[in-house]
Amino acid sequence: MSIRERLSGNEAAAIAMKQINPDVVAAFPITPSTEIPQYFSTFVSNGTVDTEFVAVESEHSAMSACVGAEAAGSRAMTATSANGLSYMWEMLYIASSLRLPIVMSLVNRAVSGPLNIHNDHSDAMGVRDSGWIMLFSENNQEAYDNLIMAHRIAENKDVLLPLMVCQDGFITSHSIENIELIEDDKVKTFVGKYEPEHYLLNSEEPIAIGPLDLQAYLFEHKYQQAEAMRKAKKVILDVAKDFEKMTGRKYSFFEEYKMQDAEIAVVCMNSTAGTTKTVVDELRKKGIKAGMLKVRVFRPFPAKEIAEALGNLKAVAIMDKADSLNAMGGALFEDVTSSMYTAKKQVPAVSYVYGIGGRDTTAKDINEVFDYLQKIVKTGEIDNPYRYVGLRKGDE
Amino acid sequence: MDNLVEIRWHGRGGQGAKTASLLLADAAFNTGKYIQGFPEYGPERMGAPLTAYNRISNDPIRIHSNIYNPDYVVVVDDSLLTAVDVTAGLNQNGAIIINTTKNGDELKSLLKGYSGDIYTIDVRKISIETLGKYFPNTPMLAAVVKVSGVIEEKDFLKDMEGSFKHKFAKKPEVIEGNMKALEMALKEVKKI
Repeated sequence: MSIRERLSGNEAAAIAMKQINPDVVAAFPITPSTEIPQYFSTFVSNGTVDTEFVAVESEHSAMSACVGAEAAGSRAMTATSANGLSYMWEMLYIASSLRLPIVMSLVNRAVSGPLNIHNDHSDAMGVRDSGWIMLFSENNQEAYDNLIMAHRIAENKDVLLPLMVCQDGFITSHSIENIELIEDDKVKTFVGKYEPEHYLLNSEEPIAIGPLDLQAYLFEHKYQQAEAMRKAKKVILDVAKDFEKMTGRKYSFFEEYKMQDAEIAVVCMNSTAGTTKTVVDELRKKGIKAGMLKVRVFRPFPAKEIAEALGNLKAVAIMDKADSLNAMGGALFEDVTSSMYTAKKQVPAVSYVYGIGGRDTTAKDINEVFDYLQKIVKTGEIDNPYRYVGLRKGDE
Repeated sequence: MDNLVEIRWHGRGGQGAKTASLLLADAAFNTGKYIQGFPEYGPERMGAPLTAYNRISNDPIRIHSNIYNPDYVVVVDDSLLTAVDVTAGLNQNGAIIINTTKNGDELKSLLKGYSGDIYTIDVRKISIETLGKYFPNTPMLAAVVKVSGVIEEKDFLKDMEGSFKHKFAKKPEVIEGNMKALEMALKEVKKI
C-alpha cells in the first residue's frame, strides 16, 4: 500500500533522497531548490540517513565533491537551480566524461540576467549537451518517481552517466499537492546497493581517473559516452517497467495525452503539461481533435519515437520555456523538428517560446496556441513559425 | 472537475495568508480531497501585498497556473481593499470574505461594481478574545471553511484539533484558545 501524502515538489525530492539514503550529498543553497538540501540536512542531523553531508562554499565545489565521492566508489547526490547549475558547468562535463552516475535534483529557474528567481528552463537548456541524462517532471509525484528511478538508470553498466531530474521552480517546487509515496523498504530494495566496478578506494585495483586524454583517445572516449547515451534509452524503459510493477505508475520516454486520433497537438515539458491536459479536455468537448505530448526523457532524446508519435498530425506546436536566442527557435523545437525531418514526417510545425522568468502560463495561453494550430490546418499556411505566447505587446 | 473550488487569498507579508492557505490545503487533504496550496512569490517584504491560492477537488488536479476566476476571495487585511483589485475575476456566484469592522455600505462602495455575496468577520476581536494576541490566520481559515463549504465543519474541527495537538505539542495550553477561535469564527462570519 502506498502512502497518501501532501508535499511540495521540494519536499518530495528531499524525501526521495532520504529513502535513497546516498553515501554523500554535497550542495550549496540557491532559490528555488534551497529547501531540498535544507530538509535533507535535517535528516542527516536527526540520524534518519547516514549520508555524509558536505556543506560546500559554492556549486562548483558541490559538483566537484560529488565527482570525488562518486569516483571514490560512493553514491553521491546534489540539488541546485539556475546560476548554481551554471557555476557547476565545468564539473558537469567532468562528471559525465568520467562516467560517474551522480544524481541531481534540478529545480528549474531562469538563468540571470537580469536577476530573476522564477521558473523557466534556461538553466536545463544550457547544459543539454553536457552528457547528462535529463528527465522532466510534470508535478511533485513525477519529481519523486523520477528520482527513485534515477540511480537504477544512471548506474547501469551499459550507461554509467550522471542524471538530472528537473521540475519547475515554485510552480511545483513550492506548491503543496497530493502525492503517493512508496514505503522506505520498497524504495531501498528497488534502488539497490551501489556496486561500482572500478573505483578509487579499491585497494585491489589501483587506478587513475581523469588523466590527460589527447588526440589518440579523446575521440573514442567521447564516442563511448555517446554510445552510453544511446544505450540509456533501453535501460530507461526497463527501469520504468520495474517501477510500474512496484507502483502501478507507468512511465516512458514521453506521455501521450489523447494523441490516438489527434489532428493538432502541443509538445511541452514539466508543469505546463498539466495545464495543457485540461485545455485538451475542453477542446475535445467542442469536438476539436487536440492532443498533447509531454517529453519526460529529454536526454537521450527519443527522436524516432517522437517522430512516430507526431507523424500523423495536421499541425504541431512545440513549446519551449527558454529562448535559445538563435533567431531560429527553442531547443525542444529544434530537436523535435529535426527528429521529424530525419524520419521523413512532414507536419507543419511552429515554435512557441513561453513562460520566461516565471511569466504565468494559463489555460488561455495554451488555447491561443491551439487556435493558431487550427488556423494552420484551415489555411495551410504559417505566417511566422517562431512565435511567443504570454508575451506583453506594446503598452499592455 | 466540476467540483473544483478555487480560492484566492489577499494578505500582507507577515500576516500568515500563505500559512492559512497551506493550512486549508492540509485540512482539505485530511478529509480525502485533492488539493493545491501555493503562494505567488515576489519580493517578500513585511507588509507588502501578497497573494496565495488554493484548489480543492474530489478529482486529481492537473492545472498549474495562478487562479484568475476564483470561486472565493479571502481578504485578510481590509486596507488592501483600496490597494488591490480584490474582486478581479471573482465568480459572481461565489463570495468574498473580508476581515473587517466596516459596514456593508462602506464595503460595497469600496468593491465598486461587485454584485456577488460579501461576508465579513472581525478576526481581530476573535483572536484577541481567544488567543490574547492578533493571529489572523486561524479564525480566517474557519471563516473560509464555513462560507465555501469545502469541508464539513465537524470534520474540520476534528482535523484541526489533531493538527494543533501536533503543532503545539510543547505548548498544549494554546490548543484550547485556538479551538475556541475556530468555533467563534464559524459562528461569527456573517453575510451582509
